[in-house]
Amino acid sequence: MSARRKLILALVAAFSAAQPAAAERLISALSTSRVLITSNFTGADVVLFGSVERDAQTVSRRGGYDIVVTVTGPRETIVTFRKQRVAGIWVNADQRTFVKAPSYLTVLANRTINDIADVNTLRRTQTGLARILLPQEISGDIADSIRDDPFRLAFLRLKIDQKLYGEQQNGVTFLTPALFRASIPIPDNAPTGSYEVDVKLFADGAMLARTQTALEVVKVGFEQLVANGARDHGLLYGLITAAMALLTGWLASVVFRKD
Amino acid sequence: MQIYLPIAELPVNVLLILFMGLAVGFISGMFGIGGGFLMTPLLIFIGIAPAVAVASVASHVAASSFSGAISYWRRRALDPALAMMLLIAGLIGTTAGVWLFTLLRKLGQLDLTIAVSYLLLLSIVGGMMITESVRAILRARGGRPAEIRRPGSHLWIHGLPLKMRFKVSKIYVSVIPIWTIGFIIGFIGAVMGIGGGFLLVPALIYLIRVPTGVVIGTSMVLTLVTMAYATIIHAATNHLVDALLALLLMTGGVIGAQFGARAGQRFSGEQLRLLLGVLVLSVGLRFAYDLVVQPTDLFSMRTIEEQQ
Repeated sequence: MSARRKLILALVAAFSAAQPAAAERLISALSTSRVLITSNFTGADVVLFGSVERDAQTVSRRGGYDIVVTVTGPRETIVTFRKQRVAGIWVNADQRTFVKAPSYLTVLANRTINDIADVNTLRRTQTGLARILLPQEISGDIADSIRDDPFRLAFLRLKIDQKLYGEQQNGVTFLTPALFRASIPIPDNAPTGSYEVDVKLFADGAMLARTQTALEVVKVGFEQLVANGARDHGLLYGLITAAMALLTGWLASVVFRKD
Repeated sequence: MQIYLPIAELPVNVLLILFMGLAVGFISGMFGIGGGFLMTPLLIFIGIAPAVAVASVASHVAASSFSGAISYWRRRALDPALAMMLLIAGLIGTTAGVWLFTLLRKLGQLDLTIAVSYLLLLSIVGGMMITESVRAILRARGGRPAEIRRPGSHLWIHGLPLKMRFKVSKIYVSVIPIWTIGFIIGFIGAVMGIGGGFLLVPALIYLIRVPTGVVIGTSMVLTLVTMAYATIIHAATNHLVDALLALLLMTGGVIGAQFGARAGQRFSGEQLRLLLGVLVLSVGLRFAYDLVVQPTDLFSMRTIEEQQ
């Protein structure tokens, strides 16, 4: 199915859904819903198109529309360590466990997120990288820490360094006052699994509409074969790898035999 | 030329990996060591997860050692009886080591244990090898030939019971110290994720008095079997062996090992021990540097559980 046909289908589906009158409707579609990891995969870009639909009763918005796209990858539990000098050597003295944190997180907006709405609205709707909930396990309880907690800041920084987290305040482009596009970067180290794409529409500092879609990052072909083999038939896979090692070693000694 | 690794889940440069395999293979062929203690840190440095690196390096080491062991076998520079005795104890040691590895990981102190044991082992072994070989070289320079049977060479070890004659090595020695060495190498190898060749070679030379020419080939047989065993165990339990990464590493590794084995023949036993001592000590000092100097980033992170 071509991207254009998908877009049309998505638009038709959105129109047919009953929505309260007088409010904007948000429609979006992705250029592809499956990112394929092949042996020459070095990252990809998924393009999101969207449109803000108005009807006759819709009030006019003086400030124009704002769009924030949040893409969340599969969740995982991550431990962050802090080193400290103990008896002259640097050891991991302190640690925090981030429970079910997104393995991948990208926030795209059409302008500076702090200008889009006030802090409370942004916090309530978890808009922007700094306001995403990151629950930590603290002595058995699970709670999110304060925003400038050093472990939380270090976690975000390390993820940004790995290109798995990111925020682009000019990542959404309005093609017309109601039509927008955004490019979602999928880095080469992106984990496989399901990615949620959450699109929020703001105007005059308030969130008006929200729509969700998803994309999937999957291994195909040889990559899929090897990954499935390693997971489902571990012992056989190990035996084959060990046999491959012996064969390679033997071949080299035959090829390089001097007499 | 980039290729995506299916288990490590990131693309790498094919030529870079081949070259790394070649370089480490050369060193392993020359000194008769597996090279795991060099390759694992290199892979972690280019961004591969430590667990995947340790598991995949095992098969690379197995391939390099097999290719090396065959060339030593052809020159009869290998003692099959001695290798068999070391193996029996080595596999028991590996199993015990895997058990401790799991326990330490549960306690959350695995990384520190590995770093400190690397530092202590490599520095002590490297320092001892350098001192001994420099002495031997100076003695040879001074006109006195290196003594094959020195006065002090009959240690208490040689008084132990259960003696066995090893024809190729031309030694008559108790199997108790041989089993002890095999067990310790297997145990340390499993805990630290290394083949243990750099420990086995000096242990056989200094404690059992095995001739240097036979030691390397014999050590390779032990490394080969324990690493092939480790590959299978890692694949069956942790599912972390990246076959594509392993294939690239071993292709470079076996070619490098062939050239290394030939290069090794040009040096005397003392010179080889000095070179290996310098190499082992410098890796040990590298670990010391990391432990003592304040790291640029105090924070690090590790994924412990993935959810789909």
